[in-house]
Amino acid sequence: MLERFERVAVFGGVYSNHLALAALLEDARRRSVDAIFCLGDLGAFGPNPDKVFPLLRAGGVSAMAGNYDQSIASDLGDCQCGYTDPRDNHYAHLSYRYTYGRTSSENRAWMRTLPAEIRFMLGRYRVLCCHGSPRRTNEFLWESTTPTHFIDKLAVAHDADVIAGTHTGIKWHRRLASDRHFVNVGVVGRPENDGRTNVWYSILDARPDFTVTFVPLDYDHESLAREMEIEELPREFVETIRTGWWSTCLEVLPAKERKKGRF
Amino acid sequence: MKAPLVKLEALDHLWFQVTGTLCNLTCHHCFISCGPTNHAFEQMTLESIRDALEASRRHGVKEYFFTGGEPFLHRQMVEILEETLEYGPATVLTNGTLFDEAGLARLARAEGRSLYSLELRISIDGFTPEQNDPIRGKGTFQRAMRGVRQAVEHGFLPLITVMRSWGEDEDHAVFEGFVDTLRSIGYARPRIKLLPPLRIGREEKRSRGYGNDEVVTEEMMVGYDAGALICGHSRVLTDRGVWVCPILIDAPDGKLGDTLEESFDAFALRHRACHTCWLNGSICSNPSSNAAGLDVAGKRASS
Repeated sequence: MLERFERVAVFGGVYSNHLALAALLEDARRRSVDAIFCLGDLGAFGPNPDKVFPLLRAGGVSAMAGNYDQSIASDLGDCQCGYTDPRDNHYAHLSYRYTYGRTSSENRAWMRTLPAEIRFMLGRYRVLCCHGSPRRTNEFLWESTTPTHFIDKLAVAHDADVIAGTHTGIKWHRRLASDRHFVNVGVVGRPENDGRTNVWYSILDARPDFTVTFVPLDYDHESLAREMEIEELPREFVETIRTGWWSTCLEVLPAKERKKGRF
Repeated sequence: MKAPLVKLEALDHLWFQVTGTLCNLTCHHCFISCGPTNHAFEQMTLESIRDALEASRRHGVKEYFFTGGEPFLHRQMVEILEETLEYGPATVLTNGTLFDEAGLARLARAEGRSLYSLELRISIDGFTPEQNDPIRGKGTFQRAMRGVRQAVEHGFLPLITVMRSWGEDEDHAVFEGFVDTLRSIGYARPRIKLLPPLRIGREEKRSRGYGNDEVVTEEMMVGYDAGALICGHSRVLTDRGVWVCPILIDAPDGKLGDTLEESFDAFALRHRACHTCWLNGSICSNPSSNAAGLDVAGKRASS
């Protein structure tokens, strides 16, 4: 029997942003959700990765593994984002080495226990939470490269009425035939490449019909930026936190999503 | 030695050999020796493409790719892309020398209306005429750069694809060279994709053919994510049947059937060119869908 809820908060991509995560837990509680789910990628990008784990535990968050967590937990050599551009690889490696070196062995062991997917009932809807896609942890499902008939196929093949994913860093929602849905819940680790400093998470509600609310979340981003500077993380990462524009790891963006950014 | 078999895990990428082997250029590295007089494959009709797009819904196709030859030799190429964008994301692999303003304007509008991205992939093989023209032909650097400028003026961010004709240790310098050159013609945030050489067709004579040791064996597939290979997630429609991948168009055993439904059999990696894919992963895909070999611990196909 799957657990049943009516209103849940779902987020992805913490990227070591413990300040945004703390803000999210408070915000979601205020919005009276039944449960909180994290779709993976706890580390990367931000400072002091170990600060994230006690918050997840104290907040009663049900978490699953992203590609970053699989890599860090299993001592892989990199983050599995699949960059080929040497500029992107440079930053990805810097960030991975930093995160790997500062994640305790206890937390790495805990990450090895995270499931690859989470299923629950939201009202009458069967919800499947994945990181990238239901078939591949690191598959990018961008809004502009994911046809509706392709998601239909995934939903049928994986017995889901609602598929929730993250991984790309940009939220979107598509309603499919027969009241099925795909939701990319966004990430709380870094802003969305739109020139704003807030991050995003999602509230899924089925009282009685399915709705998704994308929640903009403000947090003390300046404190995070300063902490990143103290940790000597790349200046480009810190700029993203302060400006809301992505400046690295851009090659994986499709044309439409890339055009919306500044770089 | 038995060649390893690769199953079609899902028909994610549907390719169209839309202008067959007809091209306005005669590049020395072309792995299928396209040119103005190569009629091995002819153009596809708009009707056959419409039928395939409709069928693709049933198969849950994720992305559509158009190649040749030079796709913009097809008189209805703009219309084909407009219609494709109603189904999903479209990518067209072009040499960028045949754009016209009205066509680009229509494509920009079509992408604007669509939920989906239109990717223009423009091939250029050096960031100076001295590097590019010996490979692609005299004057082609200037013509392709004009194409890039036209595309950028119409709001596109073309992906510049470059075959690696240098040592891997020079990647960074070549990358920077391309970035500077493209910025100097007004392309402020260039996107660049490097490709390995495929040592068949004319490229075999330009550099070298494959060595005897460049084969894929069954041992090499242990723990390897075969779904990352083109043949693991793609098929190519042509005017004379369905092929396994865009690279093996000249190989008679690359043809898998007359119709899409007949082409879903597993494929044996017996060609030397398969070695290049094995090493590099899904070389024909876009970076936005590049999930090559990534779910398999420590067995990355691309790095």
